[in-house]
Amino acid sequence: MNFEFSEEQLMIQQAARDYAQRELIKDVIERDNHAIFPTQHVKALAELGFMGMMVSPDYDGGGMDAISYVLAVEELSKVDASASVIVSVNNSLVCYGLEKYGNEAQKQKYLRPLASGNKIGAFLLSEPEAGSDATSQRTTAEDKGDYYLVNGTKNWITNANSASTYILIAQTNPSKKHKGITALIVEKDSPGITLGPHEDKMGMRSSDTHSVMFNDVKVPKVNRIGEEGFGFTFAMKVLEGGRIGIASQAVGLASGALERATAYAKERKAFGTVIANHQAIAFKLADMAVKVENARNLCLKAAWLKDQGKPYGIASAMAKVYAADIAMEVTTEAVQIHGGYGYVKEYHVERLMREAKLTQIYEGTSEVQKIIISRDLIK
Amino acid sequence: MKILVLIGNVPDTTTKIKFNADKTMFDATGVQWIINPWDELALTRAMELKETAGSGIETITVANVGHQETEATLRKALAIGADKAIRVDADAKDAFYVASQLALVSQGYDLIFAGVEASDYNGAAVGGMLAELLGIQSVSSVSGLQIDGGLVKITREIEGGSQALSVAAPVMAIVQKGIAKEPRIPAMRGIMMARSKPLEVVQPSETEIRMSFEAFDLPPAKAACKKFTEEQAKELIHALREEAKVL
Ligand SMILES: Cc1cc2nc3c(=O)[nH]c(=O)nc-3n(C[C@H](O)[C@H](O)[C@H](O)COP(=O)(O)OP(=O)(O)OC[C@H]3O[C@@H](n4cnc5c(N)ncnc54)[C@H](O)[C@@H]3O)c2cc1C
Repeated sequence: MNFEFSEEQLMIQQAARDYAQRELIKDVIERDNHAIFPTQHVKALAELGFMGMMVSPDYDGGGMDAISYVLAVEELSKVDASASVIVSVNNSLVCYGLEKYGNEAQKQKYLRPLASGNKIGAFLLSEPEAGSDATSQRTTAEDKGDYYLVNGTKNWITNANSASTYILIAQTNPSKKHKGITALIVEKDSPGITLGPHEDKMGMRSSDTHSVMFNDVKVPKVNRIGEEGFGFTFAMKVLEGGRIGIASQAVGLASGALERATAYAKERKAFGTVIANHQAIAFKLADMAVKVENARNLCLKAAWLKDQGKPYGIASAMAKVYAADIAMEVTTEAVQIHGGYGYVKEYHVERLMREAKLTQIYEGTSEVQKIIISRDLIK
Repeated sequence: MKILVLIGNVPDTTTKIKFNADKTMFDATGVQWIINPWDELALTRAMELKETAGSGIETITVANVGHQETEATLRKALAIGADKAIRVDADAKDAFYVASQLALVSQGYDLIFAGVEASDYNGAAVGGMLAELLGIQSVSSVSGLQIDGGLVKITREIEGGSQALSVAAPVMAIVQKGIAKEPRIPAMRGIMMARSKPLEVVQPSETEIRMSFEAFDLPPAKAACKKFTEEQAKELIHALREEAKVL
């Protein structure tokens, strides 16, 4: 057992921290207020290599391990979870899915620009009527010889507008139910694709979430990932890793809130002393610290398993459900410690609290994670 | 043209400073080490120069004096973009000792960057001493540096203004914070490339230690603020004059 990070892992953590604390922080409140996509930051993060950090250098990626990824996503999320979800979706859903299951031609054409961050990707699974129950896909991809004809609507798609490459999950054989689901690579500017309006969200306001409508969209068959019918397994496998990204994001929201609350408690005075000297506040900080530490360790364990090539689906479900739940608790307590100041935007913690809520919902709700964990226990 | 950047290994600027029981040594337990902020800016400037078309800069080497644990700092410099690193395997004891060790590995460069001081002991001596040992020109308080037709064009900050100089290489530039805007963040590609860049370890020369630390003291704790109401203008002036002695 070794709890020590390598020199490179620490260097990546520091690089993410430096970028977040120096750059992301500058306009994060403004971007949240006006739901502005962080175009310049995504470009800078791409130049630093964060957009495809786990992809092999053979495909223009950063070649780093999942542990480094956990550390980087945590640091970015302390300041700006909207930016970190853009990084997370691109890395762990889109790039990972293509690198692991795409063929060589697909990797050359689509993975390269996504791994270098020249292009952004999106992952299109959820539908208006298919969220937690991803098996009931209504979007269809009809076999037309050398192409599929796609029709249907995807909902809540992160990066929908900024992405140029979509990984689409659609039904190619409705009679086979989820065994008839297939994964396709779709170029966003294909004729027949339209976007719904930018969702006006509670948090992660500067990540662009839209519904995506497909109306007789032609997708060449060479863009199919794996065989027909592989799509559901593909999506579930990819989401196993995605959960590590979202869990790390939740850790970042919590640890960012803890850092701010600790600093504030050491400064703010009430009844003649700093509030950190009131045991009720000090104990809150202690409880928050224990939760953050636990959640981070769960993330690192899942990442370590992934790096070792061992199964990590249950570990990542545990990391996600725990980290998301404590992110909600810790950010709420951070607002409490800030008192009235916590309720205004200037002090950041209210934003972290709004953002934490989403980590309990997307990439599998907390309830869904518990289904995964409990099914494994009682199988 | 070849550039050398001296890289100090210093405690992170947010470190809580502690000393050992008899106050003669800094207590380094749990400390995170970073590149001395001035040196990091110097390296950033060196990189900017190298990337300028036609600058004629072939290599950027970084060097420090320190034991193996300081290699993390050198590797970060390599990740930022230096081509080669040299470590003189010795304890960085005092300024003369460090300058003497660096003199072993500082021959043959056209431009050497040193930070004006290290953020830990603030000695502000190594750059000047090393230039003297090498017998080359040195310029202090450098806040801007360009290369133009083989000449080093330097801007210095002087009392109440600035001074522009043109110096023939080789030269030691002892830099201030304005030398580059912000230190560079190493990119993933750089971190990967650093794995295969050379890091040479050199044995130290026999150099006499001429200085020893007798005692360190922390600054006195900040006194509590004193508040005056609008009606107490007289008391305020009295306190400023008699207690704070600023009037
Ligand atoms: C901002 C944002 C970004 C998103 N980005 C993406 C994206 O990029 N790509 C993508 O494909 N999707 C994305 N999603 C969709 C997200 O993954 C879904 O919202 C999520 O999976 C839940 O689906 P749902 O909203 O349909 O809720 P439902 O599935 O309708 O769930 C409603 C409630 O019922 C509970 N529930 C459902 N089934 C069960 C059960 N069997 N047992 C117990 N409880 C249950 C849920 O946990 C939840 O509390 C995003 C969502 C949001 C809000």
